[in-house]
Formats: sequence, C-alpha cells, structure tokens
Amino acid sequence: MIEARELTKRYGDKTVVDHLSFTVKPGEVTGFLGPNGAGKSTTMRMIIGLDSPTEGSVTVNGRSYARHAAPLQEIGTLLEAKSVHPGRTAVNHLMALAHTHGIPRRRVEEVIELAGLTSVAGKRVGAFSLGMGQRLGIAAALLGDPGIVMLDEPVNGLDPEGVLWVRNLLRSLAEEGRAVMLSSHLMSETALIADHLVIIGRGRLLADTTVDDFVQDAGGAGVKVASTEARRLRSVLAGPDVTISSSTDEELLVTGRDAREIGAIAAQHGVPLYELTPQSVSLEAAFMDLTRDAVEYHSAPADTERKAA
Amino acid sequence: MATTALRRKQRPGKDRNLSAAPDPETPASRTPASKTAYKVTGIRILRSEWAKFWSLRSSWITLGVAVVLLILFGAIASYTYSPDAVATGGPPGPGSGGDSDAISLALTGVTFASLAIGVLGVLLSAGEYSTGMIRSTLAAVPRRLPVLWSKAAVIGPIALVLTTIGALAAFQLGTPGLDGENIALALGDDGVLRSLAGAGVYLGLVAVFGVALGVLIRSSAGAIAALVGVLLILPGLASLLPDSWYDTLSPYFPSNAGSAIYALHESSDALSPGAGLAVFAGWVALTLAGAAFRLARTDA
Repeated sequence: MIEARELTKRYGDKTVVDHLSFTVKPGEVTGFLGPNGAGKSTTMRMIIGLDSPTEGSVTVNGRSYARHAAPLQEIGTLLEAKSVHPGRTAVNHLMALAHTHGIPRRRVEEVIELAGLTSVAGKRVGAFSLGMGQRLGIAAALLGDPGIVMLDEPVNGLDPEGVLWVRNLLRSLAEEGRAVMLSSHLMSETALIADHLVIIGRGRLLADTTVDDFVQDAGGAGVKVASTEARRLRSVLAGPDVTISSSTDEELLVTGRDAREIGAIAAQHGVPLYELTPQSVSLEAAFMDLTRDAVEYHSAPADTERKAA
Repeated sequence: MATTALRRKQRPGKDRNLSAAPDPETPASRTPASKTAYKVTGIRILRSEWAKFWSLRSSWITLGVAVVLLILFGAIASYTYSPDAVATGGPPGPGSGGDSDAISLALTGVTFASLAIGVLGVLLSAGEYSTGMIRSTLAAVPRRLPVLWSKAAVIGPIALVLTTIGALAAFQLGTPGLDGENIALALGDDGVLRSLAGAGVYLGLVAVFGVALGVLIRSSAGAIAALVGVLLILPGLASLLPDSWYDTLSPYFPSNAGSAIYALHESSDALSPGAGLAVFAGWVALTLAGAAFRLARTDA
C-alpha cells in the first residue's frame, strides 16, 4: 500500500507536485495518469526516497521507504529514465542489486527468464534495445518479490507482444494481491490494465476514480440514429430531458435515451431505422478534456493551421 | 505462460493463495512470511559494491593501466639512470632533480598511476550518476551513506594492494639497471619497504579521494578535472604565492603531503612520512565528508 498525503515538491518557485494525496491499494492496478510534466515521475521518485518532499509525506506499507529493512521486497520500481550502467551485463546488474538484499542467484535467473531475457542475460546492457532495457527494468522491479510494483511508463518502447506481456503480467501481479501502480500519459492503454485511476495535472489531483466510472462518465455522448423518416422519429422520441440535434436530413443525434429505448420506440411507431449507434467519447478525448487546463506544453491546434494554409 | 510461472515459483506450497481472483487478504498472509528472507546489511552492500567494481571492463582497464604505468616508468627510469645526466632533468615526478635515489626512480610512475587510480575512483562513483545507475543503487540502499563507505572500502584496499605489488615490481625490475651505481639499494635496506608500501598507501587513498570527488561533483568529467587540478595543477599554481607563504603552505598540499609518504629521505621542505600520511588522509577525509553531506542531503 502506498499512501501519499499532501505530497508537495517545489523547485525554487516552481511547484511540480502540489498537495497530492492518493492511495495505491493491494490487489488493484492503479493507473497514474497525467500529461507530460504533470509531476508523475517526481511523485514516484519521492515514493522511493530519491527526492525528498518539500511538504507532506508518502509512506510505503506504513513507513517511509528508507526505513524498511529490505526495501526491494516492499516495492519494486521501474523508473522512466534508464537506471543501469551500460557497461554491465544484465545478469551482473541484477546480481549487484541482489547482493545488497542477500537475494540468491536463483531468483535473479528466475526474473531474467520471466522477463524473457535469458538469451541476452550475458550481454552488456549498453547494446540493449529500448524494449529489452524496459524488460530488464521490470526484471529488476520484480527481483525482491515485492508486495508493491511501481512502474513508470512500462510499455514505452515495447513492441505489441511486449505490451501484451506487460498487461498480463501486471494483471496477474494484482490478482496475486500485490499493489500495482503504473504511470502513463496514454489513457486508452491504461484503461485496459488499470482498475483505479489517479489523474494529475500540474502536480494537482484532478481525479481519483475507477476505470469503470471514468468510462461511464465518458460514455454519455448520445446515440446516432439514421432513418428515412427522421422528422417523424424526432417527434416520437421527444420528451423531457431528451435533446435531439440533426446534422443531415436523415440523421439524428439523441441524448437522454439509450439505443435500446430508441429502437423500441421506433418499432412501436413503425419508423424504419438504418443506423442506431451509441456514441462514446473516446477515453483519450475525455482524458484530454479533464487535463486541458493542466497541460504543460500546449501545441497549436492542427486544424487551425490547416485552415490557414 | 510466463506469468503463471511467476506465480508458481514465488509462492511454493501456498496452494490456498493460488486462486486467481483478486484477494486483498492474500498479501497480508504472504508478505510477512517472505519478509524475513531478505535484509540489507553492511556486509551485503560491501559485497554488492565489490561485485559492481569487478563487473565493469573499465575497472580492469584503468586498474591495469595504473599498475603498468607504475612498473614501466619505474623500471625505465632505473635503467636509463646515469649520474651525469641527472642535472638535465628527466621525466617529471619525484624522481627528477639532482637528489635521485633508487626509490624515487622506482616510483617515478606514481604521479601517472595516481591519475589513473584517481580516475578509477571517479568512475566508480560519478559513473553511477552519469549512467543513471545511482537510481537503482539508492533504491536498493535508500539509507545512502553505506553506499559511499562501501565504495571507499572496496576500492581503497584493492588499489593499495595492487599498487604496492606494482611498486615492489618496479623496484625489483629496476634494481639490475642500477647495478654498480652508488645509489643502488636492495629490498632489505633501511626504509625501502616502507617507501614502497607508502606508495601503495598513497595510491589507495587517491582511489578513495576519487570516489569522494565523484559523489561530491556527480559528473565524471568534472570530478576528473578536479582530481587533476588538485593533484597536478594546485602545487604549480601555488608557486605564484609569495615565497614565505609558499614555503609554509606547500608541504600541506595534498600531492606534496602524499609524496612525503613514500619518499625515502625526508627533505627539509617536506613533511615526515607519518605527518604526510596524516595530512593527505585528512584531505581525503574532508572530501569524503563533503561527499557524504551531499549524498545524504540532496535529491539524487
């Protein structure tokens, strides 16, 4: 369990993490989301004591990270930036970490196999591809058989097979009762893995919710209906809390009634339909909506440029 | 599948926990049992640093270069020694000048070796910052300071032992070259072993100095520049000081105090070997304290 309370980090007068409070619970995958520069990595660095908070505190299983007798057994971490000496082989890198905890060589070989690195275990890390480096980082995170696994952008640089592997791995870790926290700036990817979402922007908490709730909230975008008798359909669908708009003569966008209701009403009145599609806002769009004001670097909207050209 | 393999291997004999359904009670029953297995201890951190040192090719190369320089320069200086040519100078270092002795010739390479050994120390510590390894290291040992002590405790003795052997080899190889000269000495002569071991002690301390500079400055290039500056350039720059100041201060400069440790004859303007050792060790301890302060107090 990770508990952050009023966690704050300031560099000079720039506040990177701003009174952030959240909990990462065992048995769940918690997605830690935010645009670039939102303070995700800084928060993770504070969790394992690489950076010290300006204010507030964060505990890992009830204690600050440095006070644990075997920190790698409490929480295994993959940080976004490479944290490996390129001149060392994968085995030697993991052994160096294992030695500090008295973790046996057998366990090192186990995580190497688990991460699919057996064939390159004796190669120097400097020659690794981005994806292999990520796998090594994940192997290191699992080394101490930790109760919590915290990964910063774990699917970065992985091929589709690797992405799937990470997804399944994290799910199974959570199913074993471990707490899993992963950061990402991709909502759609995270929604596939996570149960819980902690969304931040400019260091502030924007949402602390479940994926199901988030998806539901994002789903209320109406139903697209197409009919040859759109005008008649419009009148039979009308009611309190129902809004109907149309873009063409035969298409309607209905909010306030779901697809099932619309279909039933249309059948009742003998209105032929040739399309009935619930419109969902993409998770990515909902996420961007939420974080719009908190994005560190705004890019000029592409379509205005296109219009100007 | 790999993930099922993980589950099986990690929880042997805990069948009741093997259910795939999320079960918040599981970690409570699992973690305490395995918690007793691992623990960070001083010896283990030392072991880790030892393994880290030998698992880098750069360690072997730099250490090899240092020992080879030590032996090669010493042997060559002894063979090319001729009493008449001394006045015209020779290679820089403690062996040049008019008062050469068999030890100062054999230890001609110490200056060069000290740079290689110092760089070795810098690479061991600052190398972790430049590669990002430090994040892994400090995640494993969040108390931090034991990492610094262990690095120093690993590289100091390694450098001491190997460079002492190097100094002995340089002396032994050079001895035939001085055969018949009136400065020739044998290993058993007064002060010879002390001087040769003194060179090893000096170089061992230089290695620790490099480690401390690396942690203090956190950049390989910066720390190497500081190392060269302190060991080679500072004594030269100091000669710009007024004479009276220079005469008082110069014996206490790190490299001058250090060379007193392995000088055969105590010269009038230098410290005794014991005092030299104390002063140089003081400089190293001071740098180490600064490094410890920065390591403990600032974000990694």
